[in-house]
Amino acid sequence: MAEQDKKTKSAGDIGDIYEEVHVVNVGGETIHAKRVSGRFRRYKDLVWVFWFSYLILPFLRIGGEQVVLFDIPARQFHFFGATIYPQDIWMLTFALILLAMMLFGITAIAGRIFCGFFCFQTVWTDWFVWIEEKIEGSPLQRRKLDKAPWNSEKITKRGIKYAIWSLISLVTGISFAAYFMDSYELLEDLVTFDAHIAAWVTLLSFFLGTFILAGFMREQVCFWLCPYARIQSVMVDRDSIIPSYDIPRGEPRGRLKKGVDNEQKGDCVDCNQCVAVCPTGVDIRQSALQEGCIMCGLCVDACDKVMEKIDKPKGLIRYASDNEIQGQVQPPLMRRPRVLIYLAISLASILAIVFGLASIPPLEMHVVHERQPLYVKMSDGSIQNSYTIKILNKLPEPLDVKVTVNGVEGANIIGLPDILTLQSAKVIPYTIRIRAKQDDMAAERVPVYFKVEALNDPTINEEHESFFAGPAR
Amino acid sequence: MAENNQNKTPDTGHEWDGIRELTNPPPRWWNIAFIMSFVWLVAYIIIYPSIPLVNDYTKGVMGWSALQEYKDAVAKNDAVRAPYIAKLEKMSAEEILGDQEMKNFADSYTKALFGDRCASCHGSNGQGVDDMFPVLNDDDWLYGGTLQDITDTIADGRLGFMSAFQGQLDEAELGQLADFVLNVSSGKATQAGWDAYNNAGCSGCHAEDATGNKWVGAPNLTDSIWRFGGSRDEVLHTIKFGVNQDGVEGTRSGVMPGFSEVLSANDIKLLTVRVWSLGGGQTE
Repeated sequence: MAEQDKKTKSAGDIGDIYEEVHVVNVGGETIHAKRVSGRFRRYKDLVWVFWFSYLILPFLRIGGEQVVLFDIPARQFHFFGATIYPQDIWMLTFALILLAMMLFGITAIAGRIFCGFFCFQTVWTDWFVWIEEKIEGSPLQRRKLDKAPWNSEKITKRGIKYAIWSLISLVTGISFAAYFMDSYELLEDLVTFDAHIAAWVTLLSFFLGTFILAGFMREQVCFWLCPYARIQSVMVDRDSIIPSYDIPRGEPRGRLKKGVDNEQKGDCVDCNQCVAVCPTGVDIRQSALQEGCIMCGLCVDACDKVMEKIDKPKGLIRYASDNEIQGQVQPPLMRRPRVLIYLAISLASILAIVFGLASIPPLEMHVVHERQPLYVKMSDGSIQNSYTIKILNKLPEPLDVKVTVNGVEGANIIGLPDILTLQSAKVIPYTIRIRAKQDDMAAERVPVYFKVEALNDPTINEEHESFFAGPAR
Repeated sequence: MAENNQNKTPDTGHEWDGIRELTNPPPRWWNIAFIMSFVWLVAYIIIYPSIPLVNDYTKGVMGWSALQEYKDAVAKNDAVRAPYIAKLEKMSAEEILGDQEMKNFADSYTKALFGDRCASCHGSNGQGVDDMFPVLNDDDWLYGGTLQDITDTIADGRLGFMSAFQGQLDEAELGQLADFVLNVSSGKATQAGWDAYNNAGCSGCHAEDATGNKWVGAPNLTDSIWRFGGSRDEVLHTIKFGVNQDGVEGTRSGVMPGFSEVLSANDIKLLTVRVWSLGGGQTE
């Protein structure tokens, strides 16, 4: 019946496009899903813990240092005790590749379970709906309230709901902003209305974003706003295990009746529980792979409960591949090229990140050869080249270093103190010169190697190649 | 689509090749965006300068203007620089050279100044122009390379002087002098050459050992740097026609203008620091 309603309502609407295939809720009505307990519900609740930690993380400190701080003005990222400078940001590339490959890989294996369990849109919506249910009651009561006039009861209930939603949105925004500056200072600034404009803008956009996306748009975000939801469909194949309705077992569906021969019927009793619990308004029995389906498995929970009651085996709706439902053999995970390729790229990225983190050099040196003039002829006939040298000390304390150069016979550095004291995280460029006899140069242009070395610990060192130029021959 | 909608949705009566224009309303999100853009427009007109009038324009309630924003940014920049500049004014050239951070600031500060006043002849980094304008980043100085010498040069300018020997000496003698100058630079000068050098009166300015004289700006002839070119032809030309000789066709030009009336003493001091540290600054 609900299906009938939608059909008439959506005539000449965008819903037309989907009419032939299966019903898609394009935002015409608010979905009020039933909340059932079960295995996949428990998994979803476990993910809440992860996202709670996102809210708390920026406020944690170890030894007075903020655990995670992306200090953009100072160009330093603090991450669990490690300080990452922009020079080491190449690791971010591999981190992003890793995340992408993990998403692709998990999608190839089990469809959009990232969407169903892990995505912040799903999780925040889940919180909001949970609060909605606590305040406004069951789906039936909520639907009634939607239609009810704005009397005192509705105003009170909606008021409380919006207030709590606002609070969550506010905390979300503050936590996000707190990743980018001293978190407690931010709190103080916000309370005294003294925060930086960027903090206010961040806070406002996250507040509105959370409130509107999780409170009102909900599954519509996944349906037509989120690009990943669409991209992921192409990563699913016939071997991906996705919530599926076992058609051969379930059909023909029908309610069990007393005194009638039920043997002819399939296991589906057409109780519609799978539709009632779906947070995105999908009827999983129409097709396994649907635009709206975020593959959260809540329909599996609902169906298993019913099967238990009517004494039939569980799993009429279950995570299963298309091949499995069709009665074919499912190849093992490690025989599937997609899985292997994603895994290989992921492992390569992990290796790159581990290598990067393990080998962050404590010193970073850059030497830039003066471009004009490339060389200067001195009065005694020798050749002089100028360089700008920048050394960054990434250690937390000042460091005494010496800089040497080799590559040209008799060349030494002019314009740099013998012992250079580098302040932590501060770069002062020095203009230095190297002078050499033209006869000592093997060619018009020869490579030279600068080396910076800590006085107290020769293992802290860094080399940089540049060149030494002379007149054309 | 057209087939699907046949007789279902009212149309406007327009039809082209079987494609009917329906009366469907635009999507809701589009309507919202449309209305929002009007709200935005009104808000913009109120807040920002927008409507041109005959002699003026509406200023907007915030009084914002691009020019003011620029001026504020400049003022902000100036405020950051002010303490450094004040500190530089109080420091001597030697003190600036001893403080790497202040020296780097002075270098950034004088980059534009050097570009405006010096680079047109001496090159953007003091590399000079071959045989025409002196190189500033070598260690050879016509008028001395100490901080004081450089300050004097920038402040008061310099005017080179060398007599023209064409007519005073014959071709052979001129050629002998040119050969001597080339030889003395590579350390192969003969006694005959030295005699010709002294007899022609060259030692009066270039000194008896040919190492030059910074008081008159006479270059050192024994080093490997050439003011007006080091080939025999160029050297001969210089000897023949001299430097800055009035009424002599083909005479070399060696003029540095003084900047004491154009630049403040502080700017001259900072430029001195820059030039001194280009590569060949000398200590007393």
